[in-house]
Amino acid sequence: MKNKVGRELPEQIYGLKQYRPYEGLFVDPPTPVRMAGRTLRVGRPGANKVLASLEEAIEATGLSDGMTISFHHHFRDGDFVNKLVMTAIAAKGLKDITIATSSLNDCHDFLIDYIEDGTVTAIETSGLRGKLGAYLTKNPGKLKRPVIVRSHGGRARAIESGEVKIDVAFMGVPTCDRFGNATGREGKSACGALGYAMLDSRFAEQVVLVTDNLIEGYVFPYSIPHTDVNYIVPVEAIGDPAGIASGILKITKNPIQLLLAEQAAKVIEYSGYFKPGFSIQLGGGGSALAVGRFIREKMVKQNIKGGFGVGGVTGVFSNLLEEGFFEICYDTQTFDTTAIKSLKENPRHVEMSSSFYANPWSAGPIINNLDVVILGATEVDLDFNVNVITNSNGLLMGASGGHSDIAAASKLSIIVMPLIRGRLPMVRDRVQNIVTPGESVDVVVTDRGIAVNPRRQDLVDNLRKSGLKLMTIEELQALAHRYIGKPKEIALSSDDKDIVAVVEYRDGTLIDVIRKPL
Amino acid sequence: MIEAAKARLRRTMMFVPGNSPKMINNAELYGADSLMFDVEDSIAVSQKDAARLMVKYALKALPFNCETVVRINHVTQTPFGIDDLNAILPSKPDLIRLPKTESVEEVRLVTKMIEEVEAREGFPAGSINIICAIESVRGLYEVRAIAKEPRVVAIALGGEDFIADLRTQRTERGIEFYHARSEILMAARDAGIQAIDTVYADVNNLEGFCREVTDIKDMGFDGKSVVHPTQVTAVHEIYTPTEKQIAHAVKVLACYKDAVENNKGVIAVDGKMIDGPIVVRAERIVAQAKAAGLLAEEGCEDEK
Amino acid sequence: MKTIRKEASVGFVESNDALVTVRPNAAGQGVTVGLTSSVKRQYGEHLENLVLETVKAAGYTDVHVEVQDKGAWDYALQARVVAALNRGGAE
Repeated sequence: MKNKVGRELPEQIYGLKQYRPYEGLFVDPPTPVRMAGRTLRVGRPGANKVLASLEEAIEATGLSDGMTISFHHHFRDGDFVNKLVMTAIAAKGLKDITIATSSLNDCHDFLIDYIEDGTVTAIETSGLRGKLGAYLTKNPGKLKRPVIVRSHGGRARAIESGEVKIDVAFMGVPTCDRFGNATGREGKSACGALGYAMLDSRFAEQVVLVTDNLIEGYVFPYSIPHTDVNYIVPVEAIGDPAGIASGILKITKNPIQLLLAEQAAKVIEYSGYFKPGFSIQLGGGGSALAVGRFIREKMVKQNIKGGFGVGGVTGVFSNLLEEGFFEICYDTQTFDTTAIKSLKENPRHVEMSSSFYANPWSAGPIINNLDVVILGATEVDLDFNVNVITNSNGLLMGASGGHSDIAAASKLSIIVMPLIRGRLPMVRDRVQNIVTPGESVDVVVTDRGIAVNPRRQDLVDNLRKSGLKLMTIEELQALAHRYIGKPKEIALSSDDKDIVAVVEYRDGTLIDVIRKPL
Repeated sequence: MIEAAKARLRRTMMFVPGNSPKMINNAELYGADSLMFDVEDSIAVSQKDAARLMVKYALKALPFNCETVVRINHVTQTPFGIDDLNAILPSKPDLIRLPKTESVEEVRLVTKMIEEVEAREGFPAGSINIICAIESVRGLYEVRAIAKEPRVVAIALGGEDFIADLRTQRTERGIEFYHARSEILMAARDAGIQAIDTVYADVNNLEGFCREVTDIKDMGFDGKSVVHPTQVTAVHEIYTPTEKQIAHAVKVLACYKDAVENNKGVIAVDGKMIDGPIVVRAERIVAQAKAAGLLAEEGCEDEK
Repeated sequence: MKTIRKEASVGFVESNDALVTVRPNAAGQGVTVGLTSSVKRQYGEHLENLVLETVKAAGYTDVHVEVQDKGAWDYALQARVVAALNRGGAE
């Protein structure tokens, strides 16, 4: 079958349900879908939720072969919980476990061992990196089905609609009380918002909290309420604080990233959306962060105050909030200690779940009201399609994240990337893998020129006055080729058994498959 | 061509180490008016051969839109300068920057080599010109003659060596350059060429940098040597005329054009008489405004 | 045709650069190239040809050129190859 972005895809992929092809940005499901829910159970007065070990929790939940467990990625590259739980599961001899996590980082490379011994047989995630990403791309068939890559909004949709059924959610929480009310604002492993954990806790059949700060008192305000929590397991450490959150993420000194940020800020300024009450999402990437600085200067100069911000929140943004440049900020995950402090102390810094953030199947995630977003990319193509999941050698080395969600929902999506990385041109005839369809991408800002999606003639007209170097995407590509020539395409296996991952669009349709590079 | 080179907009001349391909690849991105590829002080003696080839091939291959300058090693005081020229001249840089210039003989030696290469390679005469850096008291005493050499289109102050020669150091106020800056500027103007100020090495002190740029701009310097991309934007901002200045300049030029075309005698704008120097200044302001993207090409309308 | 007299290296294993080492080959063996590159999949063949052509244009033969490339652009690789040959040809 061929989908709307022109990808030829197999009708049936081993181990997976029959997919509908991607048909466009906002398409209703063919048959009505009802919200899913968990089995309701009677809670007994006086029951003690606190267990001595993860092994006990595994027994208590009745976790068994073939079940699905979930984790969140709020501890980023400092996460210990996944490993603690998987070690306990493997020790119990359980097999055929599906890990449905909000994302994976370099610290999860150990999973290779549990895939090798059959403990883990399926993975669903937003991102894959490091040795695990390379291993899974090079070794199709190690899992019983390809990795399912979902966006943050797409995962929320899949959970709420029952497409993903989590048997047990193992949620690391930086602080919780003995009833199970939990927060990420406090504790030695504080991570700020728990937006991804909020959703899993509400929909999983059973929820086990794993904490290194079980307090005697009462947690309030809580991100996860005790009504959702079945068991609590105190452990020595749920993560490495240094890997969870850095001090304030510093604005880059890299001159290329600053240049990109300056150009992106100028695009925003002249786009027509830069007016009082405008809303924005800045990612945590180097250039995106620096856009905050340049936008601030412009807001001061033109006396413009913004409405709301969305994140992935960093100190750069929480400081803008504190200074009164924005009225409110919605936060699904918090990137640095400055922003964590802000979430704790600033009542206008509001925590939200991943569904509130980006679920396309709801009356309206917050991003549906978003004016401007700055996004990165590994590569884009002549149709403005974006790849953020595989690197130039075809290896799984990135994350879908909120990329396709925000691009589709916002009024102005700006992709920021250097035109040439090392010696590789980042504007391709066809991207290796599509995560975000070109019809949701408005502007590509590079260090050597800016291309506006031709379907946004209004933007072209507005940006003419900016003095920015506007060119077509084809001209941008030709410019790169002038410096470094045209690279050969990476050869990929055409065998359907060598499909290593599928990329779901946020509505659950199939936008692309990732094949093993030869 | 030499006259055009003398008139070229040169607000910023950015240093690019000649043996660093990564920096060469990205050099043009920051919008400096001129890029100065260095094979002199930033290159160790053991890397001189590699650096001059890197610059030679880069200039040949990369389509630079800005002015290209190569700072070579001294042609008589080091064994490298002549080899530098032999390697680099065929790649046709816009300017050769002579370090520590101290005599007209050095300039004539280089001029002769340039003329030979231009003739041999079939470049139009005047394709390659010279900027001389004055970096010693000896050089400063010769600057008036040096500036009048026909291929010399600009004089630069090389401050770090100069203050070493003076046995002093850099200060906030810049008093150490008081005489050198004045002298270089006068010599350049007397010869009808440009004057470019020295670098400001403390990249992290943007405030001090901007103060210095404002000073040298007010003195009359045409531009500044810069060592970091962030300095480029700062200089260009300072060299960007105000809206009021631009509007006035546009008006002056329009009235002047009108007067010339219609054979009017005395011209006045806003009640003030317009004469030669005012027109020249207006032209410069309009050029700076265009470079800053504030004025579309040919934006001079008659407002009367 | 020139030959080189000794092994020589130029360049750095840094982004956009290459470390190029030349070694004399036995007479009649011609020019041989060894390439490791971060972009070998995309540009490997092109880079090998470029090295061969550069050596030829510089007038050398019977030389082995070992290239450790980290994404050097063509001009930079050419500059490194020529510089290495010059160094290898010197006493």
